Amino acid sequence: METKAFQKIYTKITQITKATCSLNAEGVGYEELASVNGRLAQVVKIQGQNVTLQIFGGTEGIPSNAEVTFYGRPPVIKVSDDLAGRFFNSFGLPIDGGPEVEGDEREIGGPSVNPVRREQPSELIATGIAGIDLNNTLVTGQKIPFFADPDQPFNEVMAMVALRAKADKIILGGMGLTNDDYLYFKNVFDNAGALDRIVSFVNTTEDPPVERLLVPDMALTAAEYFAVDKNENVLVLLTDMTLYADALSIVSNRMDQIPSKDSMPGSLYSDLAKLYEKAVQFPEGGSITIIAVTTLSGGDITHAIPDNTGYITEGQLFLRRDTEIGKVIVDPFRSLSRLKQLVIGKKTREDHPQVMNTAVRLYADAANARTKLENGFDLTDYDERTLKFAKEYSNKLLAIDVNIDTDTMLNTGWELFSDNFTQAEVGIRKEMTDKYWPRKK
Amino acid sequence: MKENNITRGKVTGVIANLVMVDVDGPVSQNEICYINLEGVRLMAEVIKVFEKRAYIQVFESTRGLKVGTDVEFTRGMLEVTLGPGILSRNYDGLQHDLNKMDGVFLKRGDYTAALDDKKKWTFKPLAKKGDQVLAGDWLGEVNENEQPHKIMVPFKFEGKYKVKSVADEGEYTVNDEIAVLTDGKNNEVPVTMVQKWPVKIPIKTYRNKPRPFKLLETGVRTMDTLNPIVEGGTGFIPGPFGSGKTVLQHAISKQAEADIVVVAACGERANEVVEIFAEFPEIDDPRTGRKLMERTTIIANTSNMPVAAREASVYTAMTLSEYYRAMGLKVLLLADSTSRWAQALREMSNRMEELPGPDAFPMDLPAIISNFYSRAGFVYLNNGESGSITFIGTVSPAGGNLKEPVTESTKKAARCFYALSQQRADSKRYPAIDPIDSYSKYIEYPELQDYIKEKISDTWVDNVMLVKNILIRGKEASEQINILGDDGVPISYHVDFWKSEVIDFIILQQDAFDPIDRSCPMPRQKYMLDKVLDVYNTEFEFESFEEVNPYFKRIINELKQMNYSEFESEQFKRHEKELYYIIDEKKSK
Repeated sequence: METKAFQKIYTKITQITKATCSLNAEGVGYEELASVNGRLAQVVKIQGQNVTLQIFGGTEGIPSNAEVTFYGRPPVIKVSDDLAGRFFNSFGLPIDGGPEVEGDEREIGGPSVNPVRREQPSELIATGIAGIDLNNTLVTGQKIPFFADPDQPFNEVMAMVALRAKADKIILGGMGLTNDDYLYFKNVFDNAGALDRIVSFVNTTEDPPVERLLVPDMALTAAEYFAVDKNENVLVLLTDMTLYADALSIVSNRMDQIPSKDSMPGSLYSDLAKLYEKAVQFPEGGSITIIAVTTLSGGDITHAIPDNTGYITEGQLFLRRDTEIGKVIVDPFRSLSRLKQLVIGKKTREDHPQVMNTAVRLYADAANARTKLENGFDLTDYDERTLKFAKEYSNKLLAIDVNIDTDTMLNTGWELFSDNFTQAEVGIRKEMTDKYWPRKK
Repeated sequence: MKENNITRGKVTGVIANLVMVDVDGPVSQNEICYINLEGVRLMAEVIKVFEKRAYIQVFESTRGLKVGTDVEFTRGMLEVTLGPGILSRNYDGLQHDLNKMDGVFLKRGDYTAALDDKKKWTFKPLAKKGDQVLAGDWLGEVNENEQPHKIMVPFKFEGKYKVKSVADEGEYTVNDEIAVLTDGKNNEVPVTMVQKWPVKIPIKTYRNKPRPFKLLETGVRTMDTLNPIVEGGTGFIPGPFGSGKTVLQHAISKQAEADIVVVAACGERANEVVEIFAEFPEIDDPRTGRKLMERTTIIANTSNMPVAAREASVYTAMTLSEYYRAMGLKVLLLADSTSRWAQALREMSNRMEELPGPDAFPMDLPAIISNFYSRAGFVYLNNGESGSITFIGTVSPAGGNLKEPVTESTKKAARCFYALSQQRADSKRYPAIDPIDSYSKYIEYPELQDYIKEKISDTWVDNVMLVKNILIRGKEASEQINILGDDGVPISYHVDFWKSEVIDFIILQQDAFDPIDRSCPMPRQKYMLDKVLDVYNTEFEFESFEEVNPYFKRIINELKQMNYSEFESEQFKRHEKELYYIIDEKKSK
């Protein structure tokens, strides 16, 4: 990014911390971009003459006489159709060896959509994974994270969902991605022949952590271009939001802010909401759907990052290894898609809600039976049958390697019910059982 | 206002939405001011003054703001505009009409008017010449979506006034003069249909505020039957995410027996507000036969909208509610979620570098919360009519832990506590209100007990206490069974457990998405409670514990089918008959 002529150059820095530096300057706007010895920085605090800059590349080696120039504008990204198929770094500069993209300059982190101009999300996103389509149906305009421990295959599942989702554009925002994972995404998208509808903004673990703060805004501003200007359905993948939040806490810490729970900044909720709320269904047909990853430490969802995320997103997906069948499943108890009510039984078959709830309830009975078994108690006949049901349910529906359409999922559900239970035990509305209960030959 | 009296200032510092301004004249706490950012006026509120420096919170993004920018103070606090035309509108936290804003994205400084000044209202006078009136007394009324909207003596008027003239019945806009009053010194004061009121100050034009005593039906069984809320009562719903807070609040807002519903969507998901926008204009209001939206006002300040306006939004909603209460109407105010409001306070206190209290929340959080809850209530107006604000807020406790400052402060202020349990939510037992942890203080009020005796039955309160007891016994029995094993306990433990399960499945659980089950009127609640108590009061005989589970599942199934059927329909009666056949099978002879 070039600097303008007649620009004032400051060379007297008054304070340097690990992520920020301060200097005396005039006529500086809040959130304006600056360059400190060539490194990009942004104004985060102005007090009289004293301006504090957050340096994205970190402050290692920054001298107190570094050259500081101000750009007179907040960070921008150039948007055009040429973004498709390209890989960029946190600043929107190409990392794939290609030329810089020409196009309209858009400020990143722009204004929010007026809530009355939003459309109610109503288009189902089919993934073929029953743990998602049957129990936690995704809808365009939704925002939902995977809550997963670092050892779980969330990036693989996310890539699978992205490819099957039939989105017009997929935008990958990678924060603190290992180089291996970055290459994995690149390969999967390439092999699927989908590269021309993918735009990636990647900050790998090799890059300075504070740079990550730009990635989601870059990805979402590009998404807004395709969804608003082109009326496309855009799917945004953000991984890993925990590392993003960690970067937020580094900056707030260096600015001497009082931390709240788990040493996170007090504004964490608003900071995350600003990003996730970019998910929207526009009335003209375009949409932005966000699927994110929030890694947990030891499955702890009460930590401030997953906790605040859960209050913002429309549900969450949990992966778990089911030792009974030796496969990874989408956990039916802890996963939830809040928007599923908008489509299940409406865009899908009428029996969807009841089949879904009943199966999960019976699966919970099986969990109780297992506890009994582990405590050394005898099982009733009903307990035995729930265990058998649970195993088949896990294998045929919950496992992430399932790839079937929703009607098949529902039929499978009814078969599992009738194989293992009586109609009274299942307790579904009579009109439904009359219609769908499989007749035994 | 004379031009030279206005206080002006210049920006000297910016930290996110906290801005420091050096001023040239007097400023007051909570005064509203405007920052002139390159022609766009950004609204802000004074939150601290230190010598010549005012600290203001800006209700907008401060991107691009520079030191030296001009600021103009208004001498007024944040006010709402009160008058006919508030119902069925969608406002932001500062009462700007969201529908009147241009474009898909919100623009800074796009401040739209709260009321329509072109629309003509049919005014009917209620006061006459020579009447002595006080602030809040009714001068006339207009028909606002079939609600009698009273035009009142402005709340800011102090002391006694005399009506000099009232406009004749006819068509007027909100800004037309509809009355002239004279004060004690014979000064004439014109009155229109519009008045303004600062949101942080309660409207207290009523005569007195007794303890509330009338049951407020919500159609949600676990609330109405077990832990009822009253007209003018306060309640709160804490729960971890995914436990169904919002679904429950939406159900209450759709079904509760209120004249006016004000929904404050405070720092929550935009799509949830969109759901209200989409559904409420479609849903029929069973009480008026019109659409639900016609008696609803929505204050939408979603989580991605500016934080300072989020704090204001709950006050805006409360002030609008107080306005309608002063007309003698039953108002239901719902705020989702009050934790986001508290977080907005925390963000500001943090930026001002105040010494923090627990979890970095401001020290005066408990006082702020209890002050706010105390604005709800049942009141008698000066003319003897009554009005009420029933307030239910949700709380989103961090990590689902109820021992956090917002939940604890709210617990001290609200009289009903609806604890949502993660465990119930996980096993899809919705609404996930924990029947044992939750409470309603109102059920202990003799005033309410008398009211219930008259309206429902003499034995109702005793039955409710019995039900709570059965649930506790069921829980104890289930714990014993888990410890000692199915065959390690007497059969009666299994029966106790399953009798409590009958109550859980039939009374506590309710399908918010089923067209029939989602709303249960009081007579039906009473009928179903009698049914489950019939089951409870029956002595059963079982050969072995293995018979107990399948037998009660059949009972639950029949009762559940009753819940799903039209009340007293053929289908309903058929399942009821079947129920008694099943009961007779195992009844002790």
